Amino acid sequence: MKAVLYAIRTFGREIRSGEVVVLLAAVALAVAALTAVGFLTDRIGRAVERQANEVLAADLRLRTPDPIPAAWHATASDHGLRSAETQTFPSVVFAGDFSSLATIKGVTEGYPLRGNVRIASQLFGEQRVAEGVPASGTIWADGALMARLDVAVGDRVSVGEAEMVIDAVLMYRPDQSIGFASLAPSLVINALDLPATALINEGSRVSYALLVAGDTNAVDDFYEEIEVLLPESVRSRNREEGSDRASNAADRAQRFLSLTAVISLLLSAVAIAMSARRFAHRRMDTVALMKSLGASQQFVISAAFVQLVLLGILGVLLGSVMGFVVEALVTNMLADVIQGDLPPVGFTPVFLACGSALILLIGFALPSLLQLRDTPPLRVLRHDEMPPAPSRLLVVGTSLLAVAVMLYQAIGDGLMLLIVLGGMLIVSAVLYVAGRGLVILMGRSRGGVGIAWRYGLANVARRGRDSAIQVVAFGLGLTVLLLLTFVRTDLLEEWQQTLDANAPNHFLINIQPQERSSIEAIFAANGVAAPNFVPMVRARMKTINGEDVKEREYPEEGGKWMANREQNLTWATHISESNELVDGEWWRADYVGDPLVSLEEDAARELGVELGDRLNFIIAGREIEAKVASTRKVNWDSFQPNFFLVMSPGSLDNYPSTFISGARIPEEGKGTLVELVRSHPTVSVIDIDAILVQITGILDKVSLAVQAVFVFTLAGGIAVLFAAVQSTIDERRFESAMLRALGVRRRTVLSGVLTEFAALGFAAGLLAAAGASILAAIVTIQLFELDYAFNPLLWLAGLLGGIALVCVSGFIAARGAINAPPVDVLRAA
Amino acid sequence: MSDQLNNGSAVLTASNVTKQVSSPEGTLTILSDVSFAIDKGDSVAIVGASGAGKSTLLALLAGLDLPTSGEIGLDGQTLTNLDEDGRAAVRAASVGFVFQSFHLVPSLNALENVMLPLELASKSDPRRTAMQILEQVGLGERWSHYPAQLSGGEKQRVAIARSFATEPAVLFADEPTGNLDSNTGDRIIDLMFTLNRNSSTTLVLVTHDKSLAARCDRVISLDAGLLVSDEENRA
Repeated sequence: MKAVLYAIRTFGREIRSGEVVVLLAAVALAVAALTAVGFLTDRIGRAVERQANEVLAADLRLRTPDPIPAAWHATASDHGLRSAETQTFPSVVFAGDFSSLATIKGVTEGYPLRGNVRIASQLFGEQRVAEGVPASGTIWADGALMARLDVAVGDRVSVGEAEMVIDAVLMYRPDQSIGFASLAPSLVINALDLPATALINEGSRVSYALLVAGDTNAVDDFYEEIEVLLPESVRSRNREEGSDRASNAADRAQRFLSLTAVISLLLSAVAIAMSARRFAHRRMDTVALMKSLGASQQFVISAAFVQLVLLGILGVLLGSVMGFVVEALVTNMLADVIQGDLPPVGFTPVFLACGSALILLIGFALPSLLQLRDTPPLRVLRHDEMPPAPSRLLVVGTSLLAVAVMLYQAIGDGLMLLIVLGGMLIVSAVLYVAGRGLVILMGRSRGGVGIAWRYGLANVARRGRDSAIQVVAFGLGLTVLLLLTFVRTDLLEEWQQTLDANAPNHFLINIQPQERSSIEAIFAANGVAAPNFVPMVRARMKTINGEDVKEREYPEEGGKWMANREQNLTWATHISESNELVDGEWWRADYVGDPLVSLEEDAARELGVELGDRLNFIIAGREIEAKVASTRKVNWDSFQPNFFLVMSPGSLDNYPSTFISGARIPEEGKGTLVELVRSHPTVSVIDIDAILVQITGILDKVSLAVQAVFVFTLAGGIAVLFAAVQSTIDERRFESAMLRALGVRRRTVLSGVLTEFAALGFAAGLLAAAGASILAAIVTIQLFELDYAFNPLLWLAGLLGGIALVCVSGFIAARGAINAPPVDVLRAA
Repeated sequence: MSDQLNNGSAVLTASNVTKQVSSPEGTLTILSDVSFAIDKGDSVAIVGASGAGKSTLLALLAGLDLPTSGEIGLDGQTLTNLDEDGRAAVRAASVGFVFQSFHLVPSLNALENVMLPLELASKSDPRRTAMQILEQVGLGERWSHYPAQLSGGEKQRVAIARSFATEPAVLFADEPTGNLDSNTGDRIIDLMFTLNRNSSTTLVLVTHDKSLAARCDRVISLDAGLLVSDEENRA
């Protein structure tokens, strides 16, 4: 208790004395960085997740062939969730002499719960976000449907027994399938108008869907409650099963933000470790005095611990406020860029950040504190008496444990934890050994050049171990800075590539073989690049190695669904650019022989199919057998038509096929589309510009968040530099005073100090560039599954950045020592 | 326990105390077989050239360090049998210090510095006791000043106030005037001897200063780690 009172009494004074500023700053910075990163990860993660949910137009969708019981809506409402309903069925729609099959989608108020419907006032005209659902008596019709019926906005069409007015062209709805199954163009109608159409009768093939959205936990609770009541015929889908593309992007974004959080955290940890060492060192004299006055070891350790905790709490408070402010600024800054609101702030990141910072503080400061306990009281008489250095095992053990706990909490992925932790350990060890080597080399090259050079390099060499530690710290800081800069750039570039300027923005589907030439002619006449036509044949899988697909067992749940769904087959002479062969061999372009098939790797795994296995399909009543020749990895982000199943050339020649095509149609070429759908009413056009906008939105969010977080990482690196310089400040003050007392000019002392920092910066930069290259390669290849390219800029940036950063920060941190009047310093010593 | 520890009037004893340290050149003997006893209330100067072993002896006598062999007794306790916390407890109860470089806690004001040993020894009403003794050394008005705001002489007066605050059995002083000009030094010495007389504290001084040594009851001289003379000043 005495120790606690003493600690509290002296704490305020410690803060005012400025001695603990770097430690306080390191803690505050760690908390601020973690809080801000946490907030952003949390909010952007949720924003991305919501965007992924758009493909369902909801957070959860329950689909059933029977009308939705009112009780389901009531249950959703009980959980504080919003709900809406859709009723989807095929029907023929008439306008004058024309008719066309359409997918009628009746929607209730609130649809879509996630995402937006986009409509336009004329075919392929300017898109706008639709507000609400179609008013009673009106519909929104797909452009293809309007082309087939030869109608315009404002015209009337017959939907069953009801006469409806076309209110707008339906350009995009979030839950439209971008697969190739929905051949009939759709028509959105207010569900209240459905009875008037008299289209829904007993025996009608209607698919009813309940859409639910709201708080994530509430959705889970709702599903848990309703799941047991659901008849077998109900198919549920939630966000986890959302579109591959969106969830891939979300996954990458989360990983990347986690990575930046980890890096900020490691930098803070280094700064905390260094300033905690100094915190303990500065206390040695006082501890020795306290002991000489009769204080027990228990007393001194308790007092120091209480002060450290007080410092931690103050740092946490400051850091949380900083984190909040930065988060608010970033959100404000992003407001223009982000479509839709960012979900509200949760407090979890603050608690996590505070807990993390305290664990780091204790984990990294504990060895120094324990060393403090063993300070010999004799130090009051002999200032060079030092406590024995803390056990290396203890230092490494506690700090590694603290970092591992933090890393795991930040990334929640065992493999990534091992990679990052292992990488950091290897880099630290290599840096230390190399640092010592460089220090020895520098010590040997100090002759000749002049007093400043000799003084600077002599300093580096004399501080031997300490110089090496500083090189390691600077090196680590630089390593992560370089890593962040270059991984980020590489990653963003990779993402930009998915938005290749030539990526198709429209898909044309259901093209008959004989229509290919006339479509090409329309493209050519309008000056738009001709599309590639990819053949497509619809099939059902019958057997795998002679076993009925309905009775077969599958290694994964997805396999059953995959085997029983309607299959889209294609054939090709060459493997698509967006595909990569994983196993087996691709057939020769002039292959003739028994049908072969190439499977997408995940599909092959889920189906439990291996090379050489036999797959039998039914196509238009006829059976065809194909042998599995290869498996492929498919880049679904490529916006090229991609298939799970690709057959060898000639295999499908005798079966009825249609073609699909992806085309890049510039804004000014929209007329091409109008002409195309009018002359080819059976061809459907899917506008994927809206989806591109969605992906771009995700990219914008992520890259801006990363920039914001990057500032923290930079600040963390500088904190490390300050902590390192501060740990030698007493020595520097004394040396500078001594030299100046001996008649050395201030400028020469300054040059000497700068030489020392430049040498340290050079060594750190050299090592950091090497470390960052290795880590970047590992991270890029292992985590992001991208190709790594050697980057010479990284080395240049490492060396120049190392020298500049260390010199500038070192000068700012050490200038007090250089400028202190020699007489004051020498008198105080 | 040695016979000397049972000597009723001795408050501080050294019996056959030897201190050796290892160095790159081999084992160095800093003190060799030093024995003496100091009576309660005496003032004793330990003198000798630089490197004679004075400060080492002071450190051993106060239990700040342990001898390689031999025994130290302080106020009825054998320090050499105690662990570090045990020796700290003895210091808290029976020892005061005055150092050459004052050693005030920079983050505590004058009053709090004086209160520190009182609190460590769990004395009652430390604030009042500390205030009284600060007034005795003439710094009652400046109790709220921090060390950085005090002159050298004032710092040493605070240090003296702190050392006498617990009414220790033994007060150790290591070159108490070493960092002060001679006028200030004289006044500090006067103050120490006055307090010593008033409180019957035993005073053990390490000093180079012959005039200071001359004011003590007894002078112990060391040379190269050996006790070369032990003389009474009382004629």
